[in-house]
Amino acid sequence: MTAELVIDVRDLRKRYGARVVVDGLTLGVAAGEICGFLGANGSGKTTTMRMLCGLIKPDGGGGTCLGLDIVRDASRLRRQIGYMTQRFSFYDDLTTAENLDFVASVYELSDRRGRVRAIVERMGLAGRADQLAGELSGGWKQRLALAACVLHEPKLLLLDEPTAGVDAKARREFWDLIHDMAGDGLTVLVSTHYMDEAERCGRIAYLSGGRIVAQGSPDVVARGSGLVILAATGGDLDRAARALRRMAGVESAAVFGSAVHLAGMDRAALERAIAAYDGDALIWHDVAPRLEDVFIHLLSQPDGGAS
Amino acid sequence: MNGFSWRRFLAVLRKEWIQVRRDPFTLRMIIVLPVLQLFLFGYAINTDPKHLPTGLLMAEHSKYERTLVAAMQNTGYYDIRTLTGEAEAERGLADGELLFVVNIPPGFDRAVDRGEQPTVLMDADATDPSAIGNAAAALAGLTDALDRDLPQTVRSTPAVPPFQFAVHARYNPEQLTVLNIVPGLICIVLTISTLFITTLSITRERERGTMENLLAMPVRPIEVMLAKVVPYIVIGYTQALLIMGIAAAVFDLPIRGSMVLLILALGLFIASNLALGLTFSTIARNQMQAIQMAQFTLLPSFLLSGFMFPFAGMPVWAQWAGELFPVTHALRIVRGVLLKGNGMAQIVPELWPIAAFTLAVAVIATWSYRETLD
Repeated sequence: MTAELVIDVRDLRKRYGARVVVDGLTLGVAAGEICGFLGANGSGKTTTMRMLCGLIKPDGGGGTCLGLDIVRDASRLRRQIGYMTQRFSFYDDLTTAENLDFVASVYELSDRRGRVRAIVERMGLAGRADQLAGELSGGWKQRLALAACVLHEPKLLLLDEPTAGVDAKARREFWDLIHDMAGDGLTVLVSTHYMDEAERCGRIAYLSGGRIVAQGSPDVVARGSGLVILAATGGDLDRAARALRRMAGVESAAVFGSAVHLAGMDRAALERAIAAYDGDALIWHDVAPRLEDVFIHLLSQPDGGAS
Repeated sequence: MNGFSWRRFLAVLRKEWIQVRRDPFTLRMIIVLPVLQLFLFGYAINTDPKHLPTGLLMAEHSKYERTLVAAMQNTGYYDIRTLTGEAEAERGLADGELLFVVNIPPGFDRAVDRGEQPTVLMDADATDPSAIGNAAAALAGLTDALDRDLPQTVRSTPAVPPFQFAVHARYNPEQLTVLNIVPGLICIVLTISTLFITTLSITRERERGTMENLLAMPVRPIEVMLAKVVPYIVIGYTQALLIMGIAAAVFDLPIRGSMVLLILALGLFIASNLALGLTFSTIARNQMQAIQMAQFTLLPSFLLSGFMFPFAGMPVWAQWAGELFPVTHALRIVRGVLLKGNGMAQIVPELWPIAAFTLAVAVIATWSYRETLD
């Protein structure tokens, strides 16, 4: 990638007491990219985001966001970053419009009213402008939060699990908005647990134990895992999955609709397991690992795949 | 680092004001509570209770009993009825129906006539010492009640005492409790409005996660803090003026000193509360802890400041502890200015301890304030 890096941090470290939360994280995200941040709960995603926007000082390492040092220029950096917290953190007792107006005036934006009106229009919040934020449903709250984060036209957006607990349609629309904005040149770092969302990212970084253990485009990560997936249809699939799951070399055996998927790192071991299975004779064939298979594989490693 | 911005300050102030307005219950409580307290103290609470229920036990009919009872009734402290026996007296004291039982011993008349100085036993329910204190003290003046009925030889006192005391109750000649309470009430109410609510409102932002958001925006902590406290300073002054207004109109509270001076001095007191509230909010992790800490300061405000109990009656160490708290000094200032008509010269000794406290606490607050989340 020759494009200028919007996020360029090296060897970030953060510990709380004896607990190491971020352990030598290096990340580069190019301008206009949507980078998905994945990993189990507690793998350091939120802490990393907070360090990137200067809310937390790293114990070690450092780097720049938008060319500004994340420690020294933290207060300048905040003006150019939109950070959407995991929890809804606007005011429940203010209306949508009042919340946005508050954010606009805190950023000292010129033409406050015009900007608020424009963002309300763009985010489709017009019908909810005079509703109290506390009375909005989850999907609308997320939209309000996103609107508030981009009101000051940041160049970098950090979204911390923006769609947690939001229904599928609202999630889809939310991501359409994110892609729209990335199309306008905004760089986005977004953490998520949803695989369909990960697949909509240009690039993903998988975190475990405070380090990035896999990264690249979703395709590359899926193929580069070395994971072998064998699938079969017909017969008593539930019974097959139950029996095979316990055998050596089988990392997971799960039924997806009318097929059972067997995953493992060692093809020979998988074939031995299939041979040892005494149920219906099933016809097995290779399928390409999907992102979800890879993440379940990474999650099930004792060290989360850090080795 | 960017400096203070009026626009951002006004932005937060506007937000705070909308929130205060959206919560009419709290607003009403803030106004109703002090008024209610004032009327309770003014009409319901009396530190000098009179007409206490008293039982009379006599071993036999006494010719002096009528005079003695009349003298006790005349003090205003005792409402006396005759009891049938010891059992009723015991039951009355135990049930709380009687606070005193007067026991006139057998042979009382004869003993008095002979000048034997017999003893009249007063059983008193001392579970609440302050309830019976003044009544008991009034008894000392009654030993000459029988003088007129007695021959010269056994009278109690010389007809002409060598000298006498005259107590001139200044500043509050009628010794009304309500006049003593009003200054304390003003200080307590100000403490609650400024210290309590400020602490809560900042920790609430932290607890709800909105602080994280505020920190991620360019608004400076000082702007947030000031905008949070300004509405409550306004509310605090409103309360103080309301209390004084009602006390003046209904309870004849004299305002002898300068109101301007009083308002300025209260401003310093408010500043001390805000500094303390700010410190608490940097320490407290949630609203519960914030409440605990604020209550921790309310206790000395009530007990050690001289609001509830006389300051002079406390041991020296407790007085020293009391001197530390701004409320102790604020109380003296308000009492002094309102009741005594004190001026600047008299209140300076009370002003500088508040100023010193404010400064010290503000330093701690600035120290411990985190602009980042960790």
